[in-house]
Amino acid sequence: MSMSKAKPTVRATTQEGARVTAEQVNASAARQESALRFDHVSCSYGKNLVVRDVALEVPRNQVTALIGPSGCGKSTLLRSINRMNDLVPSFRLDGSIYFDGEDISAQGADVIEIRRRVGMVFQKPNPFPKSIFENVAFGPRLLGQSTGLDDLVEESLRRAALWDEVKDKLSEPGLSLSGGQQQRLCIARAIAVRPEVILMDEPCSALDPRSTLQIEELMRVLAKDYTIVIVTHNMQQAARASDQTIFMTMGDDRAGYVVEYAPTSKVFTAPEHQLTADYVSGRFG
Amino acid sequence: MTNPSRAALHSGETTTLNRRKVKNALFSLLALAAIFVSMVTLAGLLIDLVGRGGSSLDVQFLTSSPSRIPAKAGILPALVGTLWVTVLVALITLPIGIGAAIYLEEYAGRGRIARLLKINISNLAGVPSIVYGIFGLAIFVRGLDLGRTAFAASLTLSLLILPVVIISSAEALKAVPPSQREAAYALGATRWQVIRRALLPAAAPGILTGIVLAVARAVGETAPLILIGAVTFVTFVPTNPFEDKYTVLPIQIFNWANRPQEAFLEISAAAILVLIALMLLLNGAAIYLRARLSRGLQW
Repeated sequence: MSMSKAKPTVRATTQEGARVTAEQVNASAARQESALRFDHVSCSYGKNLVVRDVALEVPRNQVTALIGPSGCGKSTLLRSINRMNDLVPSFRLDGSIYFDGEDISAQGADVIEIRRRVGMVFQKPNPFPKSIFENVAFGPRLLGQSTGLDDLVEESLRRAALWDEVKDKLSEPGLSLSGGQQQRLCIARAIAVRPEVILMDEPCSALDPRSTLQIEELMRVLAKDYTIVIVTHNMQQAARASDQTIFMTMGDDRAGYVVEYAPTSKVFTAPEHQLTADYVSGRFG
Repeated sequence: MTNPSRAALHSGETTTLNRRKVKNALFSLLALAAIFVSMVTLAGLLIDLVGRGGSSLDVQFLTSSPSRIPAKAGILPALVGTLWVTVLVALITLPIGIGAAIYLEEYAGRGRIARLLKINISNLAGVPSIVYGIFGLAIFVRGLDLGRTAFAASLTLSLLILPVVIISSAEALKAVPPSQREAAYALGATRWQVIRRALLPAAAPGILTGIVLAVARAVGETAPLILIGAVTFVTFVPTNPFEDKYTVLPIQIFNWANRPQEAFLEISAAAILVLIALMLLLNGAAIYLRARLSRGLQW
């Protein structure tokens, strides 16, 4: 993928982007650089507008949480990043999503490569009905890799904090693991194709509290190397595990929009908007 | 009971409860009766067959050619013919059936044309087998000039069971949870890779079971083969499926069962037992494959 063509676009827009990020009093200035930029993104299924005019930047190597009531379009927005919505025939996206300055929402963008660079972990753990090893090796094999898989699988499982639990039973079915282990297996599987961004769509909603905590700790560690965007219904989770929080809700026409986007501590302690305050304090949603 | 109204309510509840329990017991009896009727019929048939043909069923019967003398007659040519047809039908329907199912489920989309295709394939599954016989005679035997060969018969029977194979394979593909598809796409798989590496392995038990059961049906078919010229009296063992003149077990049975002599009825019963054993073998293989391939396949 050529970046040279897209670079000027980034430079031209950082002025505008800087205005937004200036408000987000961020501790580490070195991490200001954004990985993803939503440029007036609207999503619709057929005639139903589900996400309206989202314009924001997601910082690199941080955990950004998307919170909001059911049906506000969080998942749709998340899935439009790695083009999973392309699988829904009636889906349409207006505006653009830039990843490292490159328009990944364009018609001609290489969807296969985008999905390789932007990994995803789903709501329900969905390992393949294959061995633990083959689950992690699945992605690299897709890319045609057939050597060095042992090392890659071990490294991926280590990063997903699962290696010690499974190193002696790599040939056992992935589905024989517990729910929390399966979800970490899915994280290892996503990591194995060396993505730069990891999207998580309510990754803990099917897990018990202990497994949930493990995944949250893992997210903190992974954020050193990856940009993480997580959709969650669990506000404690957003408060505990994320650096930035995007609060979405839906308008009278049921289309979701972004109410507030700020560092997590600010969203949870001193929200700008009444809607945000009501939501994070559990008064609605 | 000090409170009369409460007692009344209670007795009313008891009546309803009893009625529900009676209905419950009645239904399980009806279900039991249904299974009893079908099993008894089947058992009666088997007992009758064993009684008539059991004594004729020996090695000589399996290794001899048909003869005018019932005691010397055997089913070897028919058995080998049936094996040829079984193998060929399986080889022909496997790629075409799975390919068509993949097209319907993965490429055709959900549009009007796709729906029309599916409905028509379902309809084809209901077309009487004799119609396929007429078609096979016109196209394969005469049109392509394949003659009265086991190959032409295999093509005809493949056509006959293809709709069933396509439908069952499509159902098996549809039964793969969407989460599996998503998992593969999210890793950067192309559509073909999703099909090849995620969908087909997950759907394999269902697809193979469907194919084996459909092949078993083809093996038992008689009507279309009468039309396309399976011969009833073949005394040599076919060494390849392109040999002129062949026969299969159902045809051999049909021929013997039409003879007036009691002795031929007996060996036809014996041949039926062999055919049933073959079916059991195929169905057993289907069950084994299913169990084998679905090990570790649960979600």
